[in-house]
Amino acid sequence: MDLSSHDHGLPDDGAGADGLGLAELAEEVGVADPVTIAGLATRGGPVPGVRPVMAPVGIVSIRADEMTVRCGAGTPVSELDDALAAVGQSVAIPPTGTVGGALAVGHSGLRRLGYGPIRDTVLQVRYVSAAGEVVTAGGPTVKNVSGFDLCRLLVGSRGTLGFLAEVILRTRPRARYEQWFTSTADPWDLVATLYRPTSVLWDGERTLVLLEGDRRDVDDQARLLGLSPADPPGSLPTGGRWSLPPNELQRLPPTGRFVAEIGVGIVHHEHPPPDRQVDPAVSELHRRIKQRFDPTGRLNPGVSVLDGVG
Amino acid sequence: MSTGPSSALFDDLRAVLDTDRVRTGATELGLYRKDASNMEGTTSVVCLPRTTDEVAGCVRAAVRHGVPFVARGSGTGLAGGAVPLDGAVVIVTSKMDRVLSVDRVARTAWVEPGVLNLDLSRQVAHLGLHFAPDPSSQQTCSIGGNVANNAGGPHCLAEGVTASHVLAVEVVLPDGTVTVLGGEDPEPPGYDLRGVFVGSEGMFGIATRICVRLVPDPPAIRTLLLDFLDVDDGARTVSDIIAAGMVPAAVEMMDQLCLEAVEGYIHAGLPVDAAVALLVEVVGLPHGVEADVERITRIARERGVRDIRIAADETERALLWKGRKSAFGAIARIKPNYYLHDTVVPRSRLPAVLAQVYEIAARHQLLVLNVFHAGDGNLHPLLVFDKREPGVMERVHAAGEEIVRASVAAGGVLSGEHGIGLEKRDLMGLMFGPVDLAAQAALRDAFDPAGMANPRKVLPSGSACGDLQAVPEGAWI
Ligand SMILES: Cc1cc2nc3c(=O)[nH]c(=O)nc-3n(C[C@H](O)[C@H](O)[C@H](O)COP(=O)(O)OP(=O)(O)OC[C@H]3O[C@@H](n4cnc5c(N)ncnc54)[C@H](O)[C@@H]3O)c2cc1C
Ligand SMILES: Cc1cc2nc3c(=O)[nH]c(=O)nc-3n(C[C@H](O)[C@H](O)[C@H](O)COP(=O)(O)OP(=O)(O)OC[C@H]3O[C@@H](n4cnc5c(N)ncnc54)[C@H](O)[C@@H]3O)c2cc1C
Repeated sequence: MDLSSHDHGLPDDGAGADGLGLAELAEEVGVADPVTIAGLATRGGPVPGVRPVMAPVGIVSIRADEMTVRCGAGTPVSELDDALAAVGQSVAIPPTGTVGGALAVGHSGLRRLGYGPIRDTVLQVRYVSAAGEVVTAGGPTVKNVSGFDLCRLLVGSRGTLGFLAEVILRTRPRARYEQWFTSTADPWDLVATLYRPTSVLWDGERTLVLLEGDRRDVDDQARLLGLSPADPPGSLPTGGRWSLPPNELQRLPPTGRFVAEIGVGIVHHEHPPPDRQVDPAVSELHRRIKQRFDPTGRLNPGVSVLDGVG
Repeated sequence: MSTGPSSALFDDLRAVLDTDRVRTGATELGLYRKDASNMEGTTSVVCLPRTTDEVAGCVRAAVRHGVPFVARGSGTGLAGGAVPLDGAVVIVTSKMDRVLSVDRVARTAWVEPGVLNLDLSRQVAHLGLHFAPDPSSQQTCSIGGNVANNAGGPHCLAEGVTASHVLAVEVVLPDGTVTVLGGEDPEPPGYDLRGVFVGSEGMFGIATRICVRLVPDPPAIRTLLLDFLDVDDGARTVSDIIAAGMVPAAVEMMDQLCLEAVEGYIHAGLPVDAAVALLVEVVGLPHGVEADVERITRIARERGVRDIRIAADETERALLWKGRKSAFGAIARIKPNYYLHDTVVPRSRLPAVLAQVYEIAARHQLLVLNVFHAGDGNLHPLLVFDKREPGVMERVHAAGEEIVRASVAAGGVLSGEHGIGLEKRDLMGLMFGPVDLAAQAALRDAFDPAGMANPRKVLPSGSACGDLQAVPEGAWI
């Protein structure tokens, strides 16, 4: 692993560098039979009964002064977190499973309110297509509008359009100080009054707030709003992950245990989410995209990103 | 006036819009043939719809007659994105300029695409909110154009570019169907079609309503001007700030020629004898801001900063920003014409690539000013010239292409915010191989199988299998 913060000579983010064995993965994926990809199987895992492959594992480079990291998609998020912690940085990906699995599922973590969604962390992806080719999407720099945004198409695509092999991600500096607090105040008052909290969680009675930054600012905000220090949140209900416009969390049905991400709109619920409708034009776009990226339906067969949606 | 298919098309368009919003006069056609780049196309009709249904009607009419269409906001694009090719119908959003609703609790707004960027921030200012992307063209460019080009600006360093500020887009797809991509909820089901639409340069359909995120105004702001006698020291200070774990709200750089031009124009007391100046803005809660100002000051001193000016009040802050934002007006004092480039390089390569930019310009006997988003490595070399000088355009284009190539060779990308359009279409091969381009072409094809929305932009000919289109004339002028 290269932890240097200055590069010399040829940038290793250039096209063509392949220390990770992307070509081998492409070979394994092949061109004909159904194939599935496994991360650490923390969420779904590979499609049962289908020949599985795995994405390359390993960190290629951490560029502290670029605030980017390049790694194999099979790298466990925990390994990436540890390596980034050593340079005082982190990446806005929820902490379990592999980088590729987390991106393929596309769910953001509990700090989305402060850190932004997982889809905004991806700068470049090298993926293996249904034709068994290594395709590059996006670019290595923190800002880039060269061509259409295939990276965003792939985040949340559950391995149905291509298998993520290697990614370049945007990192962020770790806060100098962070503290969870608790409060019985109205969570909407808190989210309206606090300046950019990192997380505001509400279970119907109690609010948990994560504040980050300069310790004096954190303490001042806490004092101003009567927050008391608390432990980080415990386990969340896993019956369903609801996604609602943030204001609708004010009208959650009173049944079932839940933890709601105030200001974001995610509800970790004991019960499955209410049914949703998808506009026929949107389903048709999905069909056409899948048809063009995987005409024979060989990648993660049976998986549909619109599963469970009416 | 011509007869045949066009007059039938005009009739159909007039059935959708009132007659006076379907324009075919020579003056207007001349105006809408170009954008802020120096490329030109051709069109026979310009439409000014007011509603989504009218946009859909115009699209359906064009498609029915086999004529492509191009969406246009304010025409400030610099990559030729809104330049009509193949006689495309120009669909202008300037009459769709209402902020439809603002939700102060959710901090979102639904806007029509023709709303001007700065107008949106002005209209929500009383709520202590603003729209974060702030392109230098913000007084005139439209939100629809920002969405299509995934626009950036000085304050996108910490806040992210337009893609991070768009939650949902109502679009008229290239076959005239109306739908909504994305949603007000954080994880709409399915592929991120909203994310894919942002930056699609008018080739995936026309945005007719946009749900944007608004961000709260920061409680504390500090604006610093740091000047250096050596370009390298300034550029290295940028990397050092980021490596030290800070992401300021903005880190902009202006070089000597730019400082001189701007100072002559607005008299802000800028250090005209410095090699470069950095305009750094830190925002947030007061203690964190003061701590960052201290750390930035220390880093700059270690890099030999000559002078550090910290804006004492809002008036001085506004003046410093005016200096940054007046660059385009100021250069008219040097030469009548300019060509503004836009590439990104890794921050650590800024010193080396800037040196190359000066060398390239000198070799082509051109003046170059640099005024750019240094914090994210987004270079904007500004070549200034007088186009009446014989042979100058050839030198401008040659130098421009060399700058783009040098940026990509340094591990950078073709464009950070202006887009590819026509300008850089034929340079896409510098970044992407045939399979990469085919994947982008496949995505475009899923949205627009008939190729009617803003044809022949972004992807070089031959990107899709069996695709044999001609290179349009004048791609570089
Ligand atoms: C105890 C626990 C707690 C959790 N908490 C949270 C939480 O708080 N927030 C949250 O968002 N999530 C949470 N999750 C879910 C989990 O973080 C993600 O779903 C996980 O990161 C998926 O990674 P994985 O490697 O385990 O993927 P897998 O489960 O192996 O795969 C998931 C899906 O992605 C596909 N996939 C895997 N790798 C790739 C690849 N390289 N390219 C393309 N497709 C691929 C697979 O085929 C499969 O369809 C939790 C999971 C567990 C077990
Ligand atoms: C002096 C100057 C400074 C600039 N500074 C910056 C800067 O700092 N940052 C930056 O990002 N850009 C900058 N630009 C470039 C330009 O202002 C932006 O690209 C802007 O987003 C374009 O908006 P527009 O409304 O003028 O779009 P137009 O030029 O009209 O169109 C641009 C593209 O968007 C498409 N489009 C327009 N409206 C829609 C719609 N409703 N639906 C779908 N597609 C649509 C068009 O087809 C075209 O491809 C600058 C330009 C100038 C002249």
